[in-house]
Amino acid sequence: MNTIIKPDNAAQVLDAVAWAVVAETPLEVVGGGSKRAIGRPVNAGHTLDLSALTGITLYEAEELVLSAGPGTPLANIHAALAEQRQELAFEPPDYGSLLNGEPGAGTIGGAVSANLAGPRRLKVGAARDHFLGFDAVSGRGEAFKSGGRVVKNVTGYDLSKVMAGSWGTLGALTSVTLKVLPMAEKVRTILVLGCDAATGVAAMTKALQMPYEVSGAAWLPDSLAKISNVSYVRGAGAAVAGIRVEGPGPSVEYRCAKLREQLATFGEIEELHGHNSGTFWREVRDVTPFAQPGDDRIVWKISVPPQNGATAAAALTEMLQSEAYLDWAGGLIWLAFPVENATDGAHEVVRDVIAACGGHATLIRANVALRAKVPVFQPQAAGVQALSRRLKESFDPLGVLNVGRMTVGM
Amino acid sequence: MEMPKPDQNVIARRVEIATALQEIVPGEGVIVDEDELRPYESDGLTAYRQLPLIVVLPETTEQVAEVLRYCHANGVKVVPRGAGTSLSGGALPLADGVILGLGKFKKIIEIDYDNRCAVVQPGVTNLGITDAVRDLGFYYAPDPSSQIACTIGGNIAENSGGIHSLKYGMTTNNVLGLELVMIDGEIIRIGGKHLDSDGYDLLGLLTGSEGLLGVVTEVTVRILRAPETARALLIGFPSNEAAGACVARVIGSGIIPGGMEMMDRPAIKAAEAFVQAGYPLDVEALLIIELDGPEIEVDYLIGEVERIAGENAAVSIRISESEDERVSFWAGRKAAFPAIGRLSPDYYCMDGTIPRGRLPEVLSRMAELSTQYGLRVANVFHAGDGNLHPLILYDANIPGELDSAEAFGSDILRLCVEVGGVLTGEHGVGVEKRDLMSAMFTEDDLKQQQRVKCAFDPSSLLNPGKVFPQLHRCAELGRVHIHKGKTRFPDLPRF
Repeated sequence: MNTIIKPDNAAQVLDAVAWAVVAETPLEVVGGGSKRAIGRPVNAGHTLDLSALTGITLYEAEELVLSAGPGTPLANIHAALAEQRQELAFEPPDYGSLLNGEPGAGTIGGAVSANLAGPRRLKVGAARDHFLGFDAVSGRGEAFKSGGRVVKNVTGYDLSKVMAGSWGTLGALTSVTLKVLPMAEKVRTILVLGCDAATGVAAMTKALQMPYEVSGAAWLPDSLAKISNVSYVRGAGAAVAGIRVEGPGPSVEYRCAKLREQLATFGEIEELHGHNSGTFWREVRDVTPFAQPGDDRIVWKISVPPQNGATAAAALTEMLQSEAYLDWAGGLIWLAFPVENATDGAHEVVRDVIAACGGHATLIRANVALRAKVPVFQPQAAGVQALSRRLKESFDPLGVLNVGRMTVGM
Repeated sequence: MEMPKPDQNVIARRVEIATALQEIVPGEGVIVDEDELRPYESDGLTAYRQLPLIVVLPETTEQVAEVLRYCHANGVKVVPRGAGTSLSGGALPLADGVILGLGKFKKIIEIDYDNRCAVVQPGVTNLGITDAVRDLGFYYAPDPSSQIACTIGGNIAENSGGIHSLKYGMTTNNVLGLELVMIDGEIIRIGGKHLDSDGYDLLGLLTGSEGLLGVVTEVTVRILRAPETARALLIGFPSNEAAGACVARVIGSGIIPGGMEMMDRPAIKAAEAFVQAGYPLDVEALLIIELDGPEIEVDYLIGEVERIAGENAAVSIRISESEDERVSFWAGRKAAFPAIGRLSPDYYCMDGTIPRGRLPEVLSRMAELSTQYGLRVANVFHAGDGNLHPLILYDANIPGELDSAEAFGSDILRLCVEVGGVLTGEHGVGVEKRDLMSAMFTEDDLKQQQRVKCAFDPSSLLNPGKVFPQLHRCAELGRVHIHKGKTRFPDLPRF
């Protein structure tokens, strides 16, 4: 029988894991459960639900730091930060609709554990780059911490980095501390209309090679631009590259003018102001093009060297009759195709393409049977895989925490 | 400072080990003569010295792998070394250990402007990367003050920061990929030109691991287009509190400057006497705030910061009107360490980080400690991110004064931890802060870190004696203990 253990505080998390260690019983660790459908299914008799460890325990705007229970809804954190005109600069995506669930259900612990990153990844990094410290319970049933509440800290190993993106397989978080940053005063987006993927990547590359502090660079093919909620994008009748500029007002205007001038050779230029920019980048961030009602296609998230984005996407769309769009100036490919086109999720096809250009791919949307059958995360070279396994064992030698979520036995 | 007891059996095999290493690295790559070993006896933390058993300077990744494979098979300890500029004794040799110097790995392998990254060997200097990409207006952002000399491999080991890390991050935020040789000689590659990890973030774990986990033989870093311009403000305050409040207001109003440095009165006086930078001498604290970006943005933000400074009791404000003037504002700050060095035969540089808001309290308690120990202290401070560098003045020739300076330094670092900060912001733990780790971490915290070490180096041959106050055997650390004989916890709420 699957029981749900829902501790109210860190001491109870410790007790719950200690019990599981003694009972040699694996636990599935969840927060809000909004990303439960990502990764391999965890075969655990019991669920450790951290959603009651909630609440912002420290927020000092002038120190740019916030601590919270891992179960704290992101929505609450966004709201508290917005009151001080601050934000989580890594723009955690909301995959609720993409995963055919409810939007707005993500927690801060989940954002960290999945190492989420939005379009601003290319400028400010991912959750890992903003994750300053944590308290957790290891799979040994021991409470431990790492990092702190200050940005500059090299005291001991940076375990925050490995906890970020470990999908709950190394420890059950009981508190997280993140760096927060001021919101930009003004946001604008330069649209380059009518460029194919290769031209789009060239335009985005050029933008990033200029000193204009671009904070987002994405490309949508015609078929996906068409379903945007931004009228300029929807009505373009062509593929669209978007380049975001943020900062103080006069600076944004200056940089936009420069970018318009420099990018004119790549296509017709439009400019989105604040509201439309917000919508456009939310769509890119939350994978809205593949999150339309009824869309149940296979979805891959593929990280490649930016210059390989267009060619890799083109190769994959051709082979799999799929749709793809690019974020991170070409460095991130979002790919979708009907499961009928490849009942094995095309994992070999996708990974062959990556083998040729470098990077990694994660199967983000697929049914549970497929996720149990094919490698969801990128298979690693033998040496790295063996090292990762030893690392897992150092935190969780008995395999109590989320075993199998990332790869078999891990 | 106690180092692990040297293994006399290894020391007795010195000739045999040197011969074996010479077979791996022919030519002049193995150093055994005492005179030639001497330059390696310490790093930037010169209070500690130890001649290494042997120094080996390989030239290829394969040679590094062979050296490590040999040392692993023969139970010989290895201390990796870049330029040896560590301020925490991270590259302090061991009497029974081989120094593995990466100084010959000086090649820039590839500059890829389209992917905005550079692939370099670990012995390339930090500034060497920027120099290589400057032509097209790019640079490598982290800028530790030793950037002329320190190597990127050392920067990875220490997760180096610098004046600009407030806005552009530390090393860990600017590295994309590594080639790493494990202690058993296995070569692995992590990351590349793409973003984020395909599994556990080993890249993030290795950055700042102080040479305890593996030897880096290739590095891929992000390069950025340099800002169009930069200007600085030089602002004097009647108190440390007022300067601290100004820093908080600048950040609270949404401005993240490229750099934001603070100096206290003793540091200002020393710097001004040394380089005549034009610093005001009638103030208690000085801020240098640099804004970078397009000219129009910089001009706008300069105005904002000027306004905020005025509202926060600034008594003098100068704004750089030319590149020369901007550089002159920094001249005193950049010369602060040698300037303070002139006041005293020796100085000891500390590196704690505190929540910025606790600065006035920390400075006043530091003044009390200064009286108590009878040693002067001057402070330079990466004010934006709370990273404090107190410089303790002492004279090593006066018996007991080095010990006093170290005790004073330890008290400062404990104070940093007590107010919510950490032992080291950018210099690393090394040997220097090793024995203070328990001020910040519990036994279980430290054991978990050492288990991570065991996952990489189970026989603890890589840089032992650094970072951890107590070495546990991996077998002992691996056991699972449940202390309380838990049964199923009855009070957990369930559905």
